[in-house]
Amino acid sequence: MSDQYDLLSVRGLTKNFTLHLQSRKFLRGCEDVSFSLKAGEFMGVVGPSGAGKSTIIKCIYRSYLPSAGEIIYRTGGQDIDLAKAPDREIIRLRRREISYVSQFLKVIPRVPAVDILAEQLTERGWPRNKAKDRAAEYLEMMNIDPALWDTSPSTFSGGEQQRVNLARALITKPRLLLLDEPTASLDAETKKVVIQALNQLRKQGTTMVGIFHDTDVMKRLVDRVFTMTSGRCKSIKRMQEVV
Amino acid sequence: MPASNAFVLRVTNLAKRYGQGCPSCYALTGPAFATNICPCCGSIVACHDIGFDLEEGEILGIVGESGSGKSTLVRCLYFDEEVTGGEAFLAAYGKGGVNLFAESSQRKRFIRNHLMGMVYQNPLLGIKPHFTAGGNVAEKLLTADVYNYADIRARAASLLTRTEIPRARMDDFPARFSGGMQQRVQIAKALANNPPLLFLDEITTGLDLSVQARVLDLVKEIQRELGIAMLVVSHDLGVIRMLADRTAVLKNGRMVEIGLTDQILEDPQHQYTQLLVHSML
Ligand SMILES: Nc1ncnc2c1ncn2[C@@H]1O[C@H](COP(=O)(O)OP(=O)(O)O)[C@@H](O)[C@H]1O
Ligand SMILES: [Mg+2]
Ligand SMILES: [Zn+2]
Repeated sequence: MSDQYDLLSVRGLTKNFTLHLQSRKFLRGCEDVSFSLKAGEFMGVVGPSGAGKSTIIKCIYRSYLPSAGEIIYRTGGQDIDLAKAPDREIIRLRRREISYVSQFLKVIPRVPAVDILAEQLTERGWPRNKAKDRAAEYLEMMNIDPALWDTSPSTFSGGEQQRVNLARALITKPRLLLLDEPTASLDAETKKVVIQALNQLRKQGTTMVGIFHDTDVMKRLVDRVFTMTSGRCKSIKRMQEVV
Repeated sequence: MPASNAFVLRVTNLAKRYGQGCPSCYALTGPAFATNICPCCGSIVACHDIGFDLEEGEILGIVGESGSGKSTLVRCLYFDEEVTGGEAFLAAYGKGGVNLFAESSQRKRFIRNHLMGMVYQNPLLGIKPHFTAGGNVAEKLLTADVYNYADIRARAASLLTRTEIPRARMDDFPARFSGGMQQRVQIAKALANNPPLLFLDEITTGLDLSVQARVLDLVKEIQRELGIAMLVVSHDLGVIRMLADRTAVLKNGRMVEIGLTDQILEDPQHQYTQLLVHSML
């Protein structure tokens, strides 16, 4: 591989929360977290509940404002510190190259599944009919019953919602993909499909940081595992060393 | 003016005070005092030191409790109210270098008729009951100097269709429409002059949930298709979450926080924003 540069380099990332409503109670999300990812690398994050895994992912996506540290992201031959980049820059990156899949699907009620996916592409300049065709392909790939395509996912089962959620991120072929327990409520068959789809993305150059509670899924996806306890890094190991 | 960013609207230090004012007005009001009423002179500091800019196609949400200054802000920007201080610049006017607030009332009328659209919470503030749906859109077109009857009729029909008012109802009067339909007529009217900037003030408040969702879908579609920059005022964080890329939080006439909408909701920094978000959960 010729493009073995650091796509993402997190240095000393710390996130604290000050809860003003509880007499300025101070909570630690994560502390002094550092790691870097080569372009095309997949990294898993594991650790007990409350260890700070989601905090890291949300800081990278900037849903959380980091308290200290740097999140250097390399794009277009330039380094951008996601911890400090202006909001507009973050919005642009989210539209163009950084996608995030949360545990739960958040969508506008009433919008049909096929449009939720298609919108991702029309926002990126695709013509509507082409976007819809591609959206249908992804729904099919995710084993969503065609009878559901034109209805809103707000009525779907948890597993179906999760698949739409993933499809919505995958369809954009993001350069950096952030996943927070994306396979939690999937059946074995769909897990397989998701693993395939993610590995396919990796072949196309996507870099990924993902939280997986399912070690089996993780094993088949990631190169390295980042283990956290109490907000800190416990170890970073190659997947083979972990198993 | 710094020309680095492609802003549509830039607002700096906007202030609006009701009352004659005194030297202590600004020092003794705001979130730290939990009031916008000056204890010395009784003036109301509805907005103070408000600044932000809006890019092409961007939706900025404005949230805050009732009385925090949201409507005053948009009403000042639409010249419904006269500001006490501050500046506003529109990229589409005077190359973005002219303070709109300092213009004559005639120029302000021109700016508002040609370059802005407004949708009020109460549809009857934006549409006239003695004009038909089509007539209301026509009125806005006339103020924007479109005089050809056939052009007006065609544009009104297409805008009303766009906002899901059946063509057959074009010549009906607003009183015969439901609240949701009246709101969609108001949106059609606001879009008539094809403005680069739209103000939406609590446009779904008071509508049934299912009707709300339709109106919000419509707004989102319009933004996507026409790339209009919007200032969306709401006390409802659900509306803001759905529509806004970035959000500003007002409290006692001050802007206490501005940021990415998901950051405002998931990691609110200011004490008041935390209260607002928690009270919604
Ligand atoms: N939005 C938030 N506000 C306040 N505290 C938070 C917030 N998000 C996370 N935390 C705190 O940060 C710590 C890490 O949480 P989180 O990142 O969700 O852990 P994990 O994903 O590993 O379960 C927890 O102690 C939690 O209380
Ligand atoms: Mg978590
Ligand atoms: Zn005073």
